[in-house]
Amino acid sequence: MRNVPVVCLTIVAEAVVEARLLRDLAAAGVRGWTLTSGRGRGTSQVDASDWEGANVRIETLLSSAAADRVLAMLAEFYFPQFAVVAWVSPAQVVRGDKFT
Amino acid sequence: MPAALETVTSPAVLAFLLGIFAALLRSDIRLPDPVHTALSSYLLLAIGLKGGAGLREAGLAEVAVPVLAAVGLGVVTPLIAWGALRALTRLSPVDRAAVTAHYGSTSLVTFTAAVALLESQDEPYEAYAATLLAVLEVPGILVGLLLAGGAAAAAGAGRAEAVREVLTGRSILLLTGGLAIGALATPASYDNVAPLFVTLFPGVLVLFLLDLGVLAGRRLRDVPAAGPGLVVAAIAIPVVNGSLGVLVGTAVGLSPGGAALLGVLTGSASYIAAPAAVRLALPQANPAYYLTTSLGITFPFNLVLGIPLYLALARALG
Repeated sequence: MRNVPVVCLTIVAEAVVEARLLRDLAAAGVRGWTLTSGRGRGTSQVDASDWEGANVRIETLLSSAAADRVLAMLAEFYFPQFAVVAWVSPAQVVRGDKFT
Repeated sequence: MPAALETVTSPAVLAFLLGIFAALLRSDIRLPDPVHTALSSYLLLAIGLKGGAGLREAGLAEVAVPVLAAVGLGVVTPLIAWGALRALTRLSPVDRAAVTAHYGSTSLVTFTAAVALLESQDEPYEAYAATLLAVLEVPGILVGLLLAGGAAAAAGAGRAEAVREVLTGRSILLLTGGLAIGALATPASYDNVAPLFVTLFPGVLVLFLLDLGVLAGRRLRDVPAAGPGLVVAAIAIPVVNGSLGVLVGTAVGLSPGGAALLGVLTGSASYIAAPAAVRLALPQANPAYYLTTSLGITFPFNLVLGIPLYLALARALG
């Protein structure tokens, strides 16, 4: 079996932007994701989980180029205004065409 | 003022104070999030059902004038809040608009606590009053966002999304849905569900207020950062807007109980629908200002002093 390199993009965001973020991700070509919720605090000092509900953590596997496009979108519309962080880590998958 | 003493010593308010006390001790007595959500759904539906049943009995003609008055108040009270914030604080226009949206909208739990107080004192009120709650929830938020003007426009899609968030959010949908169900249900079928939604109601309110006490208590820590002007505004705005609500309610022919409820509605600040809408439409506004004022100062003030004050005023006028 041949492993194909992709990247795992992880986004942690305050709950209030969840619906908008998932729409924007779909528009950017992200076809699937896993969403979990959790608590936390960040540099924005907006601890919104008391009133908005728990933060969301979205993970998705995609090509490095697609991840760059999503990060550029986040940098323009989300990072300046909302409590959102995102990072990319390398991943290996078997069915490469499913994720790229 | 015996009403004030009776309010303070009611289990609901004492549970709220216990929650604040626990938060100040940093003890975690919060209910799990899903339980909090379920309780708030219950309260919304119960208040809606009760209002709907009242609506069915009153008929459209009796309700029309108070509803129109509520719409008018929904536009005027945020403007008063805006002016007061401008005079008393140095908030930026965006932060001022964000706080204004909260004072324009209304608080379900404050209303609910007022209903519980009226019932414990056998003070009659118009049973359809929850309709006024549904009417008053939205306009204030819209006026607040409009006052933000250019600042909100910068967030572009945010404003439309915020309006959708309010209109399709749990509070409006469950409240108006409950009103419709209550209005359509026959008296006999309503009596069937009354044990859950009417009899258990004051007990559930105690649980919910315990949880809100913890949330309010956590907000109290931010009060010093808000500054004295904002603290004064967070008490002056509910007194002015609440008294205006009582005056208008009395003028349109509501009973003292009903006029007091309208005062509670105009004098209370939203901390469920408005924060989510404002966070989306005005992300640059600082949540510490609007949450601290609405949940940390105005809500406890209304619960302990505001409600008896509006009731006393309504009785004096009525």
